[in-house]
Formats: sequence, C-alpha cells, structure tokens
Amino acid sequence: MAEVTPFQTVGPFFGIALPFEPGDTLTGPHVMGSRIIIEGQVRDGEGQPLPDAFIETWQANAVGRYRHPEHQGKLLPDPDFTGFGRLPTDDKGWFTLVSIRPGRVRSPSGGFQAPHILVSVLARGLLTRLVTRIYFPDEATNASDPVLQLVSPERRPTLIAQPIAADRYRFDIVLQGPGETVFFDV
Amino acid sequence: MTPLVGYRRPAPGVHPPRDYGAYRATQWRHPKEPLVIIPQTLSEITGPIYGHDKVRSTDADLTSQHPGAPLGERIVVEGRVLDEDGRPVRDSLIELWQANAAGRYAHKNDTHGAPLDPNFTGAGRTMTDSEGFYRFVTIKPGAYPWPNHHNAWRPAHIHFSLFGPSFLTRLITQMYFPGDPLLPLDPIFNSVPGERAQRRLIAAFDLGLTQPGRALGFRFDFVLRGRDGTPMEP
Ligand SMILES: [Fe+2]
Repeated sequence: MAEVTPFQTVGPFFGIALPFEPGDTLTGPHVMGSRIIIEGQVRDGEGQPLPDAFIETWQANAVGRYRHPEHQGKLLPDPDFTGFGRLPTDDKGWFTLVSIRPGRVRSPSGGFQAPHILVSVLARGLLTRLVTRIYFPDEATNASDPVLQLVSPERRPTLIAQPIAADRYRFDIVLQGPGETVFFDV
Repeated sequence: MTPLVGYRRPAPGVHPPRDYGAYRATQWRHPKEPLVIIPQTLSEITGPIYGHDKVRSTDADLTSQHPGAPLGERIVVEGRVLDEDGRPVRDSLIELWQANAAGRYAHKNDTHGAPLDPNFTGAGRTMTDSEGFYRFVTIKPGAYPWPNHHNAWRPAHIHFSLFGPSFLTRLITQMYFPGDPLLPLDPIFNSVPGERAQRRLIAAFDLGLTQPGRALGFRFDFVLRGRDGTPMEP
C-alpha cells in the first residue's frame, strides 16, 4: 500500500493561484432555495485577525443533494448550484459567503443530519487544514444531529452561526484560546 | 440505498503536527483542544468536482504565459496522482504556485528584494488524465529568505493543491528538489515526521523526462487517501 503524501502549509502567497471569481458567491441566477449570507472573521489565539487565510466550503443544495456522482438518487442536482466556495479572508480577516440554506442529508446511522456546511480552513501557520461545520441557529433538528451530539454541550455554540438579520448570519472561526472553534478529525 | 464507503484515516505520523515550535507561525494558530473525531457522512465522502471548466490548455506551461520566456532553468514536472491502493485519481484538478527563479513571488505581500520577472507569474493548473498522469512545464524556483528565525531561507519548492474525488482527499503540499542543502534547515519541511514521510515530498531527477537541449525533468507522484474496506487492485 502506498503511503499518503504529507500535508504542508499553504503559506502566505497562495493568492497568485487559488482565488477564483466568484468564489464567495455560490448562487447562480436561478438557484433554488432560500438565499443566505454568512459572514465571519478568522482569528488566532491572541485575538488577531488572519488576513492571509482562506476557507473552502462544501454543502448540499436546497433539497439536500450534493453535486457529486456518489450521491445517487432521484432528485437532480441544481444546475445553478455547485456547492463549492473558496474565500480568501480580507485584510481584516473577514469572509462573506453568499449561498443558499442547505437541505438535510442522510446520516450514516439512519435518519437525517441537521442542515450544515463543511468548512476547511487553510493559512500560513497551519501545517494541515482544519475542518469544521457551520450549523444554523433556528433549526430544531440540531438536537438530533449525529455530529453535534459528539461535541460537548458547552462547545457546541462555536459550530452554530449567529443570526444578525433576516437570512444573514455570523460565523467566526477562532483557531485557539477562549471560544476556540470545534475542529474535526474526519 | 447503497452503503457508504469511507476513506482511510491517516496513520499517526504521516502529516505534520499542528503545533510545531520551530515554525513560529504555528504558535497562535493551532487549536489547543483535541480534534473531535466524527464519522464520515455523505457530506465528507462527496466533495467538490471543481475546475473542469476553468483549465485552459496554456495553464500547464508556466513558461508560455507571457510574450517572452521567463529567466531560470526550464524544468518539466511530471507524475501521477494515485490513491493508497495504487488506483489512478482521474480527471482531477491540480493547482500550483511558486516563486520565480530569483526566489520572488508575484504577490503584493512578497517583500523580498529579489527581482520580479515580467515573463513569469508562477501560477498554473491542469487536470489529471484517465491514468492519473499530470505534467507541468515551468522554471526551477529560487530559494528565498523568510522571517521565521535568523538567516532563515526556504529551500526551493513548488506549492501544490489537489482535490481528488472527495472532501476527504483534499491535499495541499509542497514539492522539494533533491540534494537541496537547505532541506535539513527548513522547519516547514522538517515538520513532517520522519525521514520516510519527508522523502515523499522530494521530487526525483529523471533523465527520461529530461528533454535534450531544453528542460530538466523531475518526477513527483502524489498519493491521496484511499477507500476503506475496498479490495486492492491486482
Ligand atoms: Fe513558498
């Protein structure tokens, strides 16, 4: 068996190659579902924003369907929705994702997961990527979500976006220290 | 409903630790809490199929993106993307970025005093073919200083970004060159635990890939996470 290639940091200069337009806007003109905006700041253990990070997001469409060959089913993917975002932070560490609220997808143990968005965090100083999930506050199904159940109740709030206006949420990513975001081993 | 087939979790000691003192920037950027182990669900097993409509034919030749030829040693970097079972990762995006021959990135935040090259941007991308092969033409990047510690220099390296078939196969790494005297001194290279794993980040000089009178050839293969519980290919 071949051994996997080790991860290395993305470093400070990925900006010449990785950003694409519009990496932060996942909604085409005819996308189905309700539009949402999620904004947030990435901060380090000293509370300093990261101006040299980027996040990648991956989510299902409005009916809980991933645009991927291994998600088989009757519901066709939405042609106006890829589900993939790539967002470099700005010089104050902020990102703003324009997307739609994802539908529910199956849970491996049966039933369904609560709506969520997967996030990878990459930056200078991160030798591997960090993985987290964004959940929604106004969502009763969070109580039975199989992944949230694995997180201690006092840390769960770091995974739940905060409402700031209609269909507008805030989700900060804290790499270290008080309020440290829960990161997953997947 | 077909059962989901997950991906193998990396063995301990394959990837660098998150907290690595010799690389100073990790100090305030690594989580102190342990990662929470979660099952691989449909969300993780699927992943972005990205880039197919973005790659132009010139993107894999970084020496032909401007009116003139860039300065530096022209090189070919070629190899395969495979999974842990040796299966080719087909039709999948590879992105790369690098410094120019003088060790300077065409990035606004690169303050190194070495010259920019108007004929070199240092960004490229390509798709793997049906057998997992890829090929780039570029120039050998220069070493460059960085502020990690006194007299710190990064060895020559090329940054790579790969997707593979799943959110779980995402890989970002750096490729180094054989015989570089800066390798033993570089905290980022040495953050990879153990010589065996480190060796997997060093390209092999390959006379077979070398084009007479034109370009030195280097071979570099990538191995992405393989499927769990699937039989090996014969
Ligand atoms: Fe670099």
